[in-house]
Amino acid sequence: MATLTLRSVTKTYPGGAPVIHGIDMEIGDGEFVVIVGPSGCGKSTLLRMVAGLESVTGGEIRIDGRRVNELEPAERDIAMVFQNYALYPHMTVFANMAYGLKLRKLAKDDIRQRVEAAARILELDSLLERRPRQLSGGQRQRVAMGRAIVREPKVFLFDEPLSNLDAKLRVQMRLEIQKLHRRLSTTSLYVTHDQVEAMTLAQRMIVMNKGLSEQIGTPSEVFEYPASTFVAGFIGSPPMNLLEVDVGPEGSVRTADGQELALGTSIVPPEVRGRRAILGMRPEHLILHARGLPLEIEMIETLGSEQLVHGRCGGTMVVVRCTARMAAENRLAIGDHLQCGPDERHLLHWFEAEGGRRIPVA
Amino acid sequence: MIERRPWLDMLAHAILLLGLAVVAFPLYVTFVASTQTAREVADAPMSLLPGSHFVENYVRALFAGSGGGSSGTPVGRMMWVSLVMALAIALGKIAISLLSAFAVVYFRFPGRMFFFWMIFVTLMLPVEVRIAPTYKVVSDLGLLNSYAGLTLPLIASATATFLFRQFFLTVPDELIEAARIDGAGPMRFFRDVLLPLSRTSIAALFVIQFIYGWNQYLWPLLITTQEDMYPVVIGIKRMISGGDSVTEWNIVMATAMLAMLPPVLVVILMQKQFVKGLVDSEK
Repeated sequence: MATLTLRSVTKTYPGGAPVIHGIDMEIGDGEFVVIVGPSGCGKSTLLRMVAGLESVTGGEIRIDGRRVNELEPAERDIAMVFQNYALYPHMTVFANMAYGLKLRKLAKDDIRQRVEAAARILELDSLLERRPRQLSGGQRQRVAMGRAIVREPKVFLFDEPLSNLDAKLRVQMRLEIQKLHRRLSTTSLYVTHDQVEAMTLAQRMIVMNKGLSEQIGTPSEVFEYPASTFVAGFIGSPPMNLLEVDVGPEGSVRTADGQELALGTSIVPPEVRGRRAILGMRPEHLILHARGLPLEIEMIETLGSEQLVHGRCGGTMVVVRCTARMAAENRLAIGDHLQCGPDERHLLHWFEAEGGRRIPVA
Repeated sequence: MIERRPWLDMLAHAILLLGLAVVAFPLYVTFVASTQTAREVADAPMSLLPGSHFVENYVRALFAGSGGGSSGTPVGRMMWVSLVMALAIALGKIAISLLSAFAVVYFRFPGRMFFFWMIFVTLMLPVEVRIAPTYKVVSDLGLLNSYAGLTLPLIASATATFLFRQFFLTVPDELIEAARIDGAGPMRFFRDVLLPLSRTSIAALFVIQFIYGWNQYLWPLLITTQEDMYPVVIGIKRMISGGDSVTEWNIVMATAMLAMLPPVLVVILMQKQFVKGLVDSEK
């Protein structure tokens, strides 16, 4: 049980460009925080800095109020689950889980008790004498988590733990991680590039891009009020449609390449009038045959329960997501011209044309 | 290649059998000779059926030595010297190269690659090339006629260092990181994780290096002058006397058979591990 505090943490590799430009974050006791971002954004590096596997160039990391910058990983009271499990191949499941405790010179009985308790939680009881190579991917991942649990650490660190599993197992392990966290409520920091994992697991999430945190917030905050075009484009599948537009002083909207949009002046907020901005609309918030964007359909993807309609509006591709029922009612064909648009004001997102920050709208 | 050509199969087998005969026949003759009396061996042609003096000859070789040539040392003693030498070389090589590979792979220190290439370059310098300076060093250190003199110069091994380095490089980094988080220091990691993982490579190297050590001839020939420090390979040569005295070929052959025994045993006992070590790295 502990808090984790990062204060303007930076990282520069010797002789290289900075990879992390100052991350500030406060993780509360028992909170589950997910760091999400595209590959190369520095999320794993940040996690490894918390673990002590990478040195901290600047700033401060505190675990439960204690500065840990200079401490060895083993002294930080953390446990880490690796992407490829990192189990000791020559040790049994029991020995794998007990190794850290053995090094801490715990009594034999104590070790046995803790390992068995963790094995019960993770349903590994019957596998304790096996070797890692005799286990399936999901079982290995559970052993890796067991190794973390037995140490009863202050903070759990997960480095893309589900990336090596197949899709079905990933969903199942996601639920297990959730269950586990509810049961142990240990402060956790979880790194992933998979937004679904991030949305489902996180109590709060950090969206990172190029070594900066773009937004910190609960999954619904991040989804409903993305702080920047990057977040808007990264979270949500398919991603939010982003159109560069010029907004007239009276509320008319035309795209940068001159296409007039019939949005209706009532849903264009005063904050964005008379300037160039980026308009964001989620595919599921667009309605076909509603007043708004003129669209020429270029591709239709049928996913069973829903349909993705890809169309061109001026020079920009726009995706509309509609239910299968709706698609069945009015047949679409490639090459059709039609209109689509939102009808509610709060479903529009506005971003600055320069830098892409969100324009707060009353 | 999967071909059904019976006559090709037969030809292949015939060649293999012929090759086997060429290799095995001298061994057989050695064995037969070691079971006969000295006179029977000297007969021309020698009988190719085993004689009746098996026990007698071997007991004499082991405990009394050949009365003939210049050597009166029992083979038992020479076998012991050989065994100590081969074991010390094999184990010493493994220990040193494990440690140096560990240092080269896992630690950042100035001149790391320089030292690695220094070790690597010695691959090109076998004992024979550096034998004179090495002799000078060993004799100045007063190590002539000692186990240390027999083994020390042969212990450094670039091959083994290189082999272990290549193996260590395949061990995933996450394993080290997991060990660090578990609280294992470098030596602890080496002992608890790397050593067990290298087990099969160690076994393979042990077999190779034991035989290498056992078969050393030139180096012991140079630095041993006392008979009780002769390894058995030298002993055999010494038993074959020139000049007036009679060579007891039956005893020489018995000694040769005995000298063959330990390497054969090592190979047979460690065959499984040996093959595994050469073929796969267990991960």
